[in-house]
Amino acid sequence: MLGAAPSTGSTAITDRPGGGSSLVVFVMRRLAVTIPLLLMISFGVFALVHIAPGDPASSLLGARASDPATLAVVRARYHLDDPFLVQYGKWLSQVIRGDLGVSIQGNRAVTSTIADRLGVTIILSLMSTTLVLGIGILLGAVAAFRCGTRLDRAIVIFGVFGISSPAFVTGIFLLYVFGVLLHWFPVFGPGEGILDRAWHLTLPAFALATSVMAIVIKITRAAMIEELARDYVTFARARGLSSRRIFFAYVLRNSLIPVVTAAGLIVVGIVAGAIYVEVTFSLPGLGALTIDAIQKRDIPTIQGTTLLFSAFVVLVNLAVDVIYTLVDPRIRFGRVES
Amino acid sequence: MKTVVARAGQEGPLLTVEGLAIAHGAVPITTPLDIVVERGDAIAIVGESGSGKSLMARAIAGLLPPGIVATGAVTLDGIPLMRLAEREFRKIRGSRVSMLMQNPFTMLNPLMRSGDHVDEMLRDRPEFVSRAARAQEVKRRLAEVGIVDEDVARRMPFQLSGGMCQRVALAAALARDPDLLIADEPSTALDATTQAEIIKLLRRVQRERHMSLILITHNLRLAFSTCRRIYVLYAGSMLEVGDAATVERRPFHPYTLGLLRSEPPVDVRMPRLVPIRGSVPRAADVADSCGFADRCDWVTNVCRTGKPSLAARDANRFTACIRQEEIQGELDALRMAAHSFAPITPRREATTGALVRVDALVKTFLGRRSRPICAINGVSLHIMPGESVGLVGESGSGKTTLARCLVGLETPTAGDILIDGIAATDFAAMTKADRGRIRRAIQMIFQDPYSTLNPRHSVGQALGEALGASAGATSPATPERIASLLADVGLPAAYATRRPESLSGGERQRIAIARALAVKPAILVCDEPVSALDVSVQAQVLNLFRRLQAEHALSYLFITHDLAVVRQIAERIYVLYLGEIVEEGPTESVISNPRHPYTRRLVESIPRSLIQRAP
Repeated sequence: MLGAAPSTGSTAITDRPGGGSSLVVFVMRRLAVTIPLLLMISFGVFALVHIAPGDPASSLLGARASDPATLAVVRARYHLDDPFLVQYGKWLSQVIRGDLGVSIQGNRAVTSTIADRLGVTIILSLMSTTLVLGIGILLGAVAAFRCGTRLDRAIVIFGVFGISSPAFVTGIFLLYVFGVLLHWFPVFGPGEGILDRAWHLTLPAFALATSVMAIVIKITRAAMIEELARDYVTFARARGLSSRRIFFAYVLRNSLIPVVTAAGLIVVGIVAGAIYVEVTFSLPGLGALTIDAIQKRDIPTIQGTTLLFSAFVVLVNLAVDVIYTLVDPRIRFGRVES
Repeated sequence: MKTVVARAGQEGPLLTVEGLAIAHGAVPITTPLDIVVERGDAIAIVGESGSGKSLMARAIAGLLPPGIVATGAVTLDGIPLMRLAEREFRKIRGSRVSMLMQNPFTMLNPLMRSGDHVDEMLRDRPEFVSRAARAQEVKRRLAEVGIVDEDVARRMPFQLSGGMCQRVALAAALARDPDLLIADEPSTALDATTQAEIIKLLRRVQRERHMSLILITHNLRLAFSTCRRIYVLYAGSMLEVGDAATVERRPFHPYTLGLLRSEPPVDVRMPRLVPIRGSVPRAADVADSCGFADRCDWVTNVCRTGKPSLAARDANRFTACIRQEEIQGELDALRMAAHSFAPITPRREATTGALVRVDALVKTFLGRRSRPICAINGVSLHIMPGESVGLVGESGSGKTTLARCLVGLETPTAGDILIDGIAATDFAAMTKADRGRIRRAIQMIFQDPYSTLNPRHSVGQALGEALGASAGATSPATPERIASLLADVGLPAAYATRRPESLSGGERQRIAIARALAVKPAILVCDEPVSALDVSVQAQVLNLFRRLQAEHALSYLFITHDLAVVRQIAERIYVLYLGEIVEEGPTESVISNPRHPYTRRLVESIPRSLIQRAP
């Protein structure tokens, strides 16, 4: 991330003395805030075992037979006889080394279970993020340029419908129309190989994207309408710049700033929505794993997935902040107060 | 330049505008207008707000906002611009016609380095394909507009001052060497001294390039000193056209004369300014009569029987006044009279018993990373009872901060403020009774009256509320008291039921003044109270200020950047520069004999008309 700073194209400040270093300082400061935040999250996740009703040892055993011998093994394995903070310290050092404990079902390492399921969720989230940003910004732009027309209203209505119906409802609707009635897409399963998987994940990704797209459409539309009326856009037209140049360097770039601000929210919304959508489409992803683990009271797995999701949210927000400063140099110089 | 030769080879005027009528749906904004711009010539379109001058500029450049349509013919060098498709027009803009807008801070893309605004204009040209060649050219173009510091090209617009932004914008507008530049109020948003620099630059560039220029402005003096030919636009109609020198010496239309007379002179204090009564009408409301009829002293029935059209009266001169020939004698007499008023010398020399006394006042704000920024630094001043004092300075000089400290909106960091014998340095530390007394003794008038009036309150409510806050107010304000307040500021009592949005700018400022007067203050702190008003209305409000001073024995602290305004209203002035008072004294001697270099620059920056320069 730090290395990426000096290569942001011709318009960002790069070679100005102090420009690059102030970005480094900025990222460092954000990281400094992120680490204690991650620690707090890990502490909360660890405390789950102890917050859950009943004896932690039997919680960790789950549905398995709890004879005294097994309980003793569990107590020793999870250091349950140590003081609470010592337990946390030992657990944390394991987590940092990449050991999230052993799942109650199947007695597999949580990390390998997660690794198995991660692929589907990542592809699903990436696909729907691309759809949300791509289609959302496109529709928002079309609505802005055709502001006040029927097309504009149709787009806004579509967005409102999308955000009003939860992802699993949209999912079932899409499944019925495109899977059952039209047979265009498979109705369940993750598919094999990249193309097949993309084909299988298209409907879920659309279901997921529709539920958050309204945010992007609305923000893009409002921002673009505002940008189109700006003096500098009129001045750019007065100077005879091509409409492509005006659209990309002036209207799009400037209206993306609020979209980037909301991007953290959008990505997090997508990942959270993925949990439902994976269940709706019977996809073996992290979301389905989490739901399954919760139903089976599989505490190590819950800990693992929760930790992963939380770390992801924190890192996405960090990334958004950095991108934000790259897109809008005014932030770096502290000139935007509002 | 090679293009100069090509231009000189062409015959006929560069731009002809024939019958250009602008409308918003069915509502007309202008009547059909005609303009001719010769090659290498500079013309000015002068008009107050609502005259349609900016839309006219945009119509010529084909950049009307959505919903606004223009009909008529605009011909540039034989090309019928209005019949061009947007795709074709785009090739004309920038390379044949370019436009410069009013607000330097919003004209540049905030996310783009300033140099890139010039750079992007050059990219299509084959000789500037390489980045290095473009950078070299950008440097040369910026040098043309007086930017020699190479660092400026790499800076972002928000890191530049307004004058710098305007220069960069000019370089960008000129980067494709247009034949015609339309400059829409290019200096209005800038400080007085920067204004003069930008106008000088514009004239120099125009002459060097042998380029045509259309200057859109509300400032007659600026138009006369910059342009050869003047078009006077009023409520969407052209009222007078002629060469600058002759129009200024001998206006053919009562409106032009009115504008010339209502413009406060900087060199003399007039006993009374000569305003034009009323305010600018909307074009749609005066579609069937002379637009100026309601405000004209020579109006007869014939003026209201139809829209008079521009008619030639002299070689090169046109006027829309039907009665011009019969009233010209009177117009001439008034035009001459305007210059023969004797100045009034201000009175008073004593300094004891001052109403307001400010001693070594300091106000620092915490900037970024808690770095202190000193807004005012050791300012001392005094205002006598009934005295009108001017405070002159550019934006950032600390004049508004000083005003806010006086009325208790800011607490000074150090120093003392004494108002009416009460220590008013820290409003929070005062007793409740004292605070009440001070709040009533000192009132503030702001630049933008609209934002200080609650749009949901009628005028009567706003005034009644203020009356309720006056000393010893027991009963709610009676309609009679509201009416007498309105009468004080020259408005009929019926205005009590009106809301701010239905009033004109001048009327709003009158209401704001009436509201301040409600608590019977001893002093008004006026922060640029007339700079948002049209010239013809400005004079009315200035006269009102002067009348109120005499009637109520009011004191003023009149904060402004406009020396001509301060000349008319203030007996004594302080010049504030970078937070410090650099010069003070009687208005007369400070303006005619400035000692500090900054004051001298300020005085020199006022555009002088040709008559005043060469009598």
